[in-house]
Amino acid sequence: HYAAAQKQAEPAVLQPTPQPKDDFQEELVVRPLHSGDIYASFQFRTLWETDFMRGNKVSHYRLFPKSLGQVISKFSVRELHISFTQGYWRTMQWGQPYLPSPPGAELWVWFQDSVTDVDATWKELTNVLSGIFCASLNFIDSTNTVQPSASFKPLGIGNVTDHRFLRYATLPREIVCTENLTPWKKLLPCGSKAGLAVLLKSEKLFHSSFHSQAVHIRPVCQDWQCKTTSWELRQTLNVVFDLHNSGQGKREWSLFKMFSRTLTEACPLASSSKIYIDITDNPEQFELSPATSLLSQAMVLGDRRTFSVYDLTQQDTFGSVRSLNLLIRWKSTEGDMLRPLLHAERYVAGYGLQTGEIHTLMYNHHPYRSFPVLLLDSVPWYLRLYIHTLTVTSKGKDNKPSYIHYQPSKDRVRPHLLEMLVQLPPNSVTEVTVQFERALLKWTEYTPDPNHGFYVGSSVISSLVPSTVAMDTNSTRERPLFSSFFPCKEESSYFVRVYTEPLLVNLPTPDFSMPYNVICLTCTVVAVGYGSLYNLLTRSFQIEEPSPGLAKRIANVIRKMRGVPPL
Amino acid sequence: MGLLSDPNRRRALINLLTRLNAPICGMPVEWLVKTMQARGLEVYTQRFSRTLPFPDENKERYMVKGTNVYGILRAPRAPRTEALVLSAPCTPGDNNNQAVGLLLGLAQYFRNQIYWAKDIIFLVNDHDLIGMQAWLEGYHHTNTTGMDWSPLQGRGGSIQAALSLELSSDVVTSMDLVLEGLNGQLPNLDLANLFYAFCQKIGVLCTIQGKLQRNDWDSVSGYSHAVQTMMLMVMKQASGRPWGDHGLFLRYHIEAATIKGINSFRQYKTDATTIGRLLEGMYRKLNNLLERLHQSYFFYLMPSLSHFVSIGYYMPAFGLLAVILLLRALDLWVQLATPPPTTEDGIADIEQSSPGVLSVLTPLVISHLTGAALYMLPIRFQEMAVEHFPVSETEAVVLTAIAVYTAGLALPHNTHRLLSGEGTEQGWRVLKLVALLYLAVLLGCTALINFSLGFILALTLVPAAAFVTPHVPKVLSAFVLVILSPACTLLFSVFFFQELQEMPVSFLDGWLLYLSVISQGILDHFLYGSLVYPLIALLVYPCWLLFWNILFWK
Repeated sequence: HYAAAQKQAEPAVLQPTPQPKDDFQEELVVRPLHSGDIYASFQFRTLWETDFMRGNKVSHYRLFPKSLGQVISKFSVRELHISFTQGYWRTMQWGQPYLPSPPGAELWVWFQDSVTDVDATWKELTNVLSGIFCASLNFIDSTNTVQPSASFKPLGIGNVTDHRFLRYATLPREIVCTENLTPWKKLLPCGSKAGLAVLLKSEKLFHSSFHSQAVHIRPVCQDWQCKTTSWELRQTLNVVFDLHNSGQGKREWSLFKMFSRTLTEACPLASSSKIYIDITDNPEQFELSPATSLLSQAMVLGDRRTFSVYDLTQQDTFGSVRSLNLLIRWKSTEGDMLRPLLHAERYVAGYGLQTGEIHTLMYNHHPYRSFPVLLLDSVPWYLRLYIHTLTVTSKGKDNKPSYIHYQPSKDRVRPHLLEMLVQLPPNSVTEVTVQFERALLKWTEYTPDPNHGFYVGSSVISSLVPSTVAMDTNSTRERPLFSSFFPCKEESSYFVRVYTEPLLVNLPTPDFSMPYNVICLTCTVVAVGYGSLYNLLTRSFQIEEPSPGLAKRIANVIRKMRGVPPL
Repeated sequence: MGLLSDPNRRRALINLLTRLNAPICGMPVEWLVKTMQARGLEVYTQRFSRTLPFPDENKERYMVKGTNVYGILRAPRAPRTEALVLSAPCTPGDNNNQAVGLLLGLAQYFRNQIYWAKDIIFLVNDHDLIGMQAWLEGYHHTNTTGMDWSPLQGRGGSIQAALSLELSSDVVTSMDLVLEGLNGQLPNLDLANLFYAFCQKIGVLCTIQGKLQRNDWDSVSGYSHAVQTMMLMVMKQASGRPWGDHGLFLRYHIEAATIKGINSFRQYKTDATTIGRLLEGMYRKLNNLLERLHQSYFFYLMPSLSHFVSIGYYMPAFGLLAVILLLRALDLWVQLATPPPTTEDGIADIEQSSPGVLSVLTPLVISHLTGAALYMLPIRFQEMAVEHFPVSETEAVVLTAIAVYTAGLALPHNTHRLLSGEGTEQGWRVLKLVALLYLAVLLGCTALINFSLGFILALTLVPAAAFVTPHVPKVLSAFVLVILSPACTLLFSVFFFQELQEMPVSFLDGWLLYLSVISQGILDHFLYGSLVYPLIALLVYPCWLLFWNILFWK
């Protein structure tokens, strides 16, 4: 026996299996929210050390989805970010999300600098992605695509900043549903068969307050020397369950209550599979079962957070019942609204169907620090912005942006693009207003439901926000004094992207029964008016001799016989 | 309809309602904020203040300060682009607390439902219309009437429809639908249809103008009942004032109506749960709408809730009246164009055929200046009038208006004689031609915006305009002309309206009512931007003065 086992083990020793060049990790973060709702964020990360570029034909795929790999190599994509969101992230009640996204679909792509015709490639790419994700991305065309100059920098390696190779588009009207979730799940190595993805059942995911799914592809460094690059595919899914709808008003959640499933195993292909529960807020009132001793601390969004960790690759996590159903219970805290350091809102002011005004409000709730934000606004051409009416005011005073990039629209060709770098004073509201006029569209350009209104995509506010840790001046945490005098750059600020709500604007809409009326009227006019006129004009009129009387006729006959000219 | 099915919820609602029997109005802002928050809404408040141009004696207010409270139910997975509004006014004195209780009960029930696609804003507005005006101006960031309000913090995108709830009567036997809004604007007819359909479905008695529908259209009494209902609508629409809190929404292209619980003295009593079911049904229907209500009519008159008279039927009636003016003008035009019969004495004819521009322009300018005075003076001189006469501010304004109006009768024809000497025969013809065309355009435009107002004005002004010449018997015609003047029209309308409502008044009460109607009309203009007062003062009255002028042409 022993010998046989030795023999079997030998080849493994002699020929060590080649180090797999790809790696898959999955994790789920659960954050109980201030409002009593609960936030679950899934992340699935596939790393692959390969090179799609330079004519390198990659044909053997293991963990990385082939469809996306082919997209990357065919369209020379450097970076691709796509998100589908149903609902609006409520910053005032939920705080900042781990991965922000605007309502509807958002797509931004950096192409390699070897691409010659970026617009054509972009067009083709959106059509292909539309097929892959079963979404209406094919509605992305030049009228809703912009090239932001500063707001969207590459997130991966490479310092290409020529924004000619960047394309950004949003579809605020896109509805996200099961048909988008299924293709997204198919990209996972385990599909929805095993691992955390078992929880992703659409009947529960879409019984929620907020649902967002995204795919991010970018090149990252393989090691810290960055000699070789590898491709990272991050699939994320964020969902918020409502306290009143799904939770029956009780601050008591379990995996089963949220997803109507429990966990029994990790994805066998995953090198790491973990669940993090954010227990930072009032840990003494927090109940977690089964309990875990694993704790982890991390800096998340400028705040030091503590997490309980469940490692699904360890069998004892599942306990004796072989299934993990996490139960989270916390004491009620009466729900005032939060004051996130940065948040924004937007609305249309005015009434009537001729003009209007877009107001964008940006709140800086930091008590003493001002910070700059980059505001990106992309407005469709049918709202004609009067850019001379652009005002930026904070605390009643004019606030001059230090950088403005404005690209005017062209009717039916491209949208307005407005980017501004604005300094937000501490504890203030900055209001950006710009007036617009509503264009009258051609009658074929209206959507089938013109009285619903037309959408204007979210504004994007990107900023480095001073972190709450840096605000903590009297440093109650146990830190040596010598470490805490000068603020550490890494901790002092963090990147935040805030999306405002999209706008629904009514345009002057004709009465669409009008063409029918016009056709009827025209036909009547033609038939009655022109018809009779034509009849009169073309008819030849002849004077008809009245037939002479009988006596006259007889007289004429007699006169003829006599040779006298007739009467 | 799940509101009734759950006994716990029903009990909660009833508890809430009984608790609310203690007068909560006078806006317990903190309590409302806390209660709405406990129901899971995002709650915001808005403060506003407004000083009226003169004290409102009907509602006893002058310097108004208040707070609106509103809670937003965020629809799950909706991007905050669309919203519906349910509002209940909460005024001190008047007790609408049942409506506020029902609103909170509905908020709690709605909050637990998953099917909402539009945000729902539950608004409790202080000081009825003034609060509503402040909230709407704040929401749309406009300022048309010079009110002070604090900016709103939370919004729900573009508002698609709104309902306002009033349950001021203790015993509610039927639900009354109020449609007439500011400047005679009406919501889309589909909103009325929706209300009617749900009332039928749930089995609630529903009324319009406080009148039940009758089925005997053929009989004389049934027909006159319908005519009475329709005339009430005409009178209300012509007044141009918002007849409920919904009236101010219409300016912002938001379809809105007020639902009032009234006591129509029937056996059948409606309880709060039934009204809740009615509202739930209506909101679910509105929630399912993809587009704004636009398919049906915006111009209609309703002889009963299930019947309407469309613009295609009533406009010809007005057109026939207006065509009299045009025919009259044509007649004058022809008379002016045909050369007068040639006489030996040619010089006099030449003089006659060229009336100076001045002789037409002078009365035009003077009568418009009188109109401007009528518009400006009452408000400007109220303080002076209060100092010199023993009257209150409101009386001062109304009496100044009447004084200016009466003074205007004496003014134009005297000054005209001073300025341009003897009027010529051709002169009054040209003036009357101008006045006729002026009146035709004026009435035509008015009828397009507010049919009822245009029609009532046409009924009185067109006969006056048609018969007036300098050659009719002076005293009798002057009397008729005064009877047909806009001010007397208003007086008759007040009595007629009371008759229609089956609440006839004595002459003295009617006169007092008339005075208060004038003050309300002026207030409506300054508070909400109603256009009836400036229209009458700046355009209709000067136009009538022109005819007055023609009568006294020398």
